[in-house]
Amino acid sequence: MSGVEAFPPAQVADEQTGRIPGEAGLWVFIFGDMLIFLAFFASYLVERAEDPALFNASSQSVGLTIGLVNTIILLTSSLMVAAGVSAYRGGARRIARWMFVMALLCAIAFTILKVSEYAHLIGTGHGPGSNSYFTWFFVVTGTHLMHVLIGFLTLGMMISRAGRDEPVEKGQALIEGAGCYWHMVDLLWMVIFPLLYLLS
Amino acid sequence: MTERNLSIRKLIPARVYAVWAVLVALSILGPVLGVEGRGMLWAEIALLTLAVVKVRFVGLDFMELRHAPRPMRFAFEAYCLVLWGLIVGLYLGL
Repeated sequence: MSGVEAFPPAQVADEQTGRIPGEAGLWVFIFGDMLIFLAFFASYLVERAEDPALFNASSQSVGLTIGLVNTIILLTSSLMVAAGVSAYRGGARRIARWMFVMALLCAIAFTILKVSEYAHLIGTGHGPGSNSYFTWFFVVTGTHLMHVLIGFLTLGMMISRAGRDEPVEKGQALIEGAGCYWHMVDLLWMVIFPLLYLLS
Repeated sequence: MTERNLSIRKLIPARVYAVWAVLVALSILGPVLGVEGRGMLWAEIALLTLAVVKVRFVGLDFMELRHAPRPMRFAFEAYCLVLWGLIVGLYLGL
């Protein structure tokens, strides 16, 4: 394949000094956000320890289906982003664009399911003020949902940039950085789902 | 060489697909542990440990921190360790 790399540059650099995906400054934000959620998780567990029976009973009233489906949706969206970033680096901008579009569709599906879950919980008397568990549920998943909504913008930026007729090197940092933001959204959900939905 | 001739299989590392499959499998295992192992300490700790294993996969393989400079990789691994210690420790009431 002349002019096109068969493998993304990240794998070549692995043998040397390593490379930062995206821009270094973005990683200050990403790590900072991960630390904020670490504090959320710790605070949730501390409050849960004060009334585990309430938290156990309340979490059981939240259905698992939407949470599990949303987990698989987010993982698939991350696959699309990771695949799209690799395709972009290999020069296949159109393929990359379609991958990012599919990731955005996953993000929309996640949001629709999350909103329907909220509507059901509120409709059955389990709103944010109903007890401590549901306050935490809505605060943590709501903050995560806000990150998903910001992800709509970042995925939109990736779709737009991948459509630009320019050398791959010009758009690579933005594509990779925005991709890492989206993976962070997925990463946080990997803890939120078991912690809030499954733990007893 | 047009994009039409580019093979998706050659552009995208197989590892990305493999990691996704493992993550989906572990995600399905989670509810099984959560429901079948309800109230059993080993199951709850396994559940929390699996969560951190998944975090690590996302970071190392999707975020490509596996190929990042050592200090960055170290910071992420340290985060995973602290995350695991904190959620398991607080769950156990330590």
